[in-house]
Amino acid sequence: MPDAILKLSKLNAFYGDFQALYDVDLNVNEGEVLAIIGANGAGKTTLLRSISGLIGNDPAQVTFRGTSIGAERPDVVARMGLAMVPEGRQLFPSLSVEENLMIGGRVNRKGPWTLRKVYDLFPILEERKAQASTSLSGGQQQMVAIGRALMSNPELIMFDEISLGLAPVIIRDIYAALPGIVGGGMSAVIVEQDITKALAVSSRVYCLQEGRVSLEGKSGAVSRDDIARAYFGVE
Amino acid sequence: MDFVNAVVQGTLLGGLYALFAAGLSLIFGVMRLVNIAHGDLIVLAAYLGLTTTVALGVHPLVALVVVVPAMAGIGYVLQRCVLNHTLGDDILPPLLVTFGLSVIIQNALLEGYSADPQKMDAGALETASVALGPLSLGVLPLLTFAIAVAVIAGLQWTFYRTPLGRAFRATSDNQDIAQLMGLNKRHVFGLAMALALAVTAVAGILLGIRTSFDPSVGGGRLIFGFEAVIIGGLGNLWGTLVGGVILGVAQTVGATINPGWQLLAGHIAFLVILAVRPNGLFPRISA
Repeated sequence: MPDAILKLSKLNAFYGDFQALYDVDLNVNEGEVLAIIGANGAGKTTLLRSISGLIGNDPAQVTFRGTSIGAERPDVVARMGLAMVPEGRQLFPSLSVEENLMIGGRVNRKGPWTLRKVYDLFPILEERKAQASTSLSGGQQQMVAIGRALMSNPELIMFDEISLGLAPVIIRDIYAALPGIVGGGMSAVIVEQDITKALAVSSRVYCLQEGRVSLEGKSGAVSRDDIARAYFGVE
Repeated sequence: MDFVNAVVQGTLLGGLYALFAAGLSLIFGVMRLVNIAHGDLIVLAAYLGLTTTVALGVHPLVALVVVVPAMAGIGYVLQRCVLNHTLGDDILPPLLVTFGLSVIIQNALLEGYSADPQKMDAGALETASVALGPLSLGVLPLLTFAIAVAVIAGLQWTFYRTPLGRAFRATSDNQDIAQLMGLNKRHVFGLAMALALAVTAVAGILLGIRTSFDPSVGGGRLIFGFEAVIIGGLGNLWGTLVGGVILGVAQTVGATINPGWQLLAGHIAFLVILAVRPNGLFPRISA
């Protein structure tokens, strides 16, 4: 597919001696929102860590805009325009809210996202900008984590377990902000436990099961039964 | 009056100890590296200063212009070529490697400069003093203390007000996520070591003006530096200055009581604080 922005070819990823991913083939197309679902331990986070360079792989197993990045360092990958909102937010505790956002902008890529735009998207962050990032509520911390990733003006943004540990009302707010984030032509990968949410915002979906792709399809076209089978591996 | 004098002189001496300690504190704060070779790097800076003053015929303080960038360069290269490879989940490799480095530096200095004590000649600055009531304060100790305060204020500003400082703190907080922000941690660590050794260069020159030195004195400077860091509380730069002052005062007061008690008194003060406040006086509140 020529318009794939990110392509995984037979990705095998390891945690030490433990193999977490087996021959994973996956495409993210230009401008689309792709959902990746799967049970705990299916390899979703390993997949994102492999793409972002935190886990090293063979160069050709991950290509971004035609460039092999499987073996690149994570900071090089980030500068190419790939950003991640990590699982559990993982803000920098010794940095204030604004400093967390500014460090995201350090990559210095041109684009629409500035401190101003992030504050327009999440006004509460401007009120709290001088506070320690750890003093915010979970939902506000998630906003900082998203803003921090946006500040690098990525071409592809990856969300790892965006709703994990957040109250339903906060999750709804965050998902309501999502179209404004990915609307500007940015591609996105969303890793999510909440299958309904994942299907609602994405155009295509992959399901991982024990390190392998068990289902791939259009989000609107996959049936609940297909997903149940792919998710749990039961017939 | 003797005690007042001892406290004042000790406070000024504490400035030098704070300079010994600041680099140590910075490196530990950014990359959790305990640098056993730190004292020997101070002595190396003193020798570089000596060579510069002799070769160029300049005042030791002017030699800072050469020695500070030289030590910063050595720090960056050392970090990128050697120390980065020792960092990981295990804290033992950096300890062993910096211990080895300490032995190498000592022996290289012994080979290059012999075991004879050396001293830098700072001319009239060494003996100049100003009267403050009944006390007589040396200009050099006053200058040392002022430099220590300026260096620590500068480091504090760098850490909390500049993009470089943000990079240091972010990398210290979470190396993986910092890399996702486009920070090359090896480069950040290199810059941290460069900055630490630039401070070490200042400490080494001031040490070399104040007292004579030989290749074996690094270990003692390392201990003073460690003690100042621990007394003040890990990761707190102003605390490090206070730690240096407490150590300096304990030593001079001890020496006033009995000249043989100088070092002992410093160590006792350190042990007492470690027993009463194991995290130091002003530990940084960590999340």
